[in-house]
Amino acid sequence: MEPLFGKTLDELKELTLSLKLPSFAAKQIADWLYKKKISDIGDMTNLSLEARNILSKNYVLGLDAYTKVDTSVDGTKKYLFNTSIGKFIETAYIPDKDRHTVCVSTQVGCKMGCLFCMTGKQGFQGNLSAGEILNQLRSIDEWDRITNIVYMGMGEPLDNLEAVLKSLEILSSDWGFGMSPRRITVSTIGIIPAMKEFLEKSEAHLAISLHSPFDTERKMLMPIQQVYPLAEVLQEIRSWEFGRQRRVSFEYIMFKDLNDTPLHVRELAKILQGIRCRINLIRFHPIPDTPLDTSSRERIDAFRDELNAKGIITTLRASRGEDIYAACGLLSTKNLQKQG
Amino acid sequence: MHQHILSQQVLSHSEEIAEGVFLMSFPRDFEFKAGQVIGIGIEKDGPRRLYSICSGEQVEEVQILYNVIDEGYLTPRLSDLNEGDRIWITEPRGEFLYTTEAAVWIASGTGIAPFYSMLRSGNFENKILIHGERYLERFYFYDEFSEVLGENYLRCCSREEGEGVYPARVTDYLKNTAALPLDFKYYLCGRAEMVVEARDILIERGIPFTSIISEIYF
Repeated sequence: MEPLFGKTLDELKELTLSLKLPSFAAKQIADWLYKKKISDIGDMTNLSLEARNILSKNYVLGLDAYTKVDTSVDGTKKYLFNTSIGKFIETAYIPDKDRHTVCVSTQVGCKMGCLFCMTGKQGFQGNLSAGEILNQLRSIDEWDRITNIVYMGMGEPLDNLEAVLKSLEILSSDWGFGMSPRRITVSTIGIIPAMKEFLEKSEAHLAISLHSPFDTERKMLMPIQQVYPLAEVLQEIRSWEFGRQRRVSFEYIMFKDLNDTPLHVRELAKILQGIRCRINLIRFHPIPDTPLDTSSRERIDAFRDELNAKGIITTLRASRGEDIYAACGLLSTKNLQKQG
Repeated sequence: MHQHILSQQVLSHSEEIAEGVFLMSFPRDFEFKAGQVIGIGIEKDGPRRLYSICSGEQVEEVQILYNVIDEGYLTPRLSDLNEGDRIWITEPRGEFLYTTEAAVWIASGTGIAPFYSMLRSGNFENKILIHGERYLERFYFYDEFSEVLGENYLRCCSREEGEGVYPARVTDYLKNTAALPLDFKYYLCGRAEMVVEARDILIERGIPFTSIISEIYF
């Protein structure tokens, strides 16, 4: 049966109309789904018994418990969820002082084939629904502590735009979770038409996977560069206003002797000139059989300092949860291999 | 600029050339480079998907080869179109292009399209083509590829056996063959699973990742 969790208020209104329930029931259902914690449609006690029975005959609640959780020595937790197609997805909970960030997946596997990514090795198994994206937040132990959400788990969020936008609507609406979109960041490798639609329809922050400022090099790392080159992605970004309210950031994984040279610093400064942004440097977590290597800590620090000196705010993202395979794709791929 | 709607086109032909695989065509009124993709939609502002052009640069008709994805939005609708029906297309784009360097072209399924476009554009010198399919009927362009490339055209078929056909997946061939030139470029095109697996095998077999150029379908 179809799940209720993950439906927008408009969809709930259509649903109540089709089931001949009172029109105000849609808002009541949304309250139960997104503002309270219930485990059964029968728990929606301000709906009439008849309404609950009708709903239960046609729908399921749609909240699914995680199947596994691992906790790192640094407090990071990696949750594993089963999906409607029987494959695993991962969700990371990353506590840091007052900040409690959850990293959600948007697809099972990924089509984008980036050279450095473990998720890509699973191939593409399917898109997650808005409900399956939101369930990763609602069904973890730290649900009531979440302060920030990043769409940076398995999959390319903008390759599943419809479900991602729907989940963002539910997260940020008053009738939904009522969360500020300024606490949400959606990551993309730069699928330009979808990125444009995302920027038009959502107020969440945008993070772009950059990884090399040079065309030939980026093509080797990220096949998407063949179709949507970085230069065109940046051209689109320049046509939007970013600053205090809405931020754009660039993710940059550091690969030894490949993209960590002073030449890269100079080119990054050149291509990002005029864009109010920040760069997040990420230490590469080597994946099996990769030809890529991790830059040294000294080189990463120097790279950060050189970019900062050129006026680009650059930070180094702390590596978290390495002891529990927290980098995306590692844990679910291990489980997929076990299944196989 | 990206993916702006270029024009409305009238289909001159649409045919199911193998089960679930369609080849459609419309008159060419724009320039493109072999290996490029175009966005196709049925409604002007509706969903669009990218498809590799599967015809030569100078040929009068543009051909598009696609698989019907049952759960997809666009391809089931595209497959219902007939001659005279209209589609919307975007300007061609993409840099998965032919170069004169010696190269191995590796394709699975409809990932053969850009290589066929290159062939039909007269660009095939120093090229080896390895094409993987599940069924023999899906080597749609066998006659033309074998005529031009001769022994440099290899078919891998995972579910049927045929004369001169390697009886396994293209990735099995890459794992097992002794003949992988180390100084060639490798162009991969097809489903992400094949592209990622083939790339891993090539790297494991000593091909520098800098020599591997991948095109993914999404």
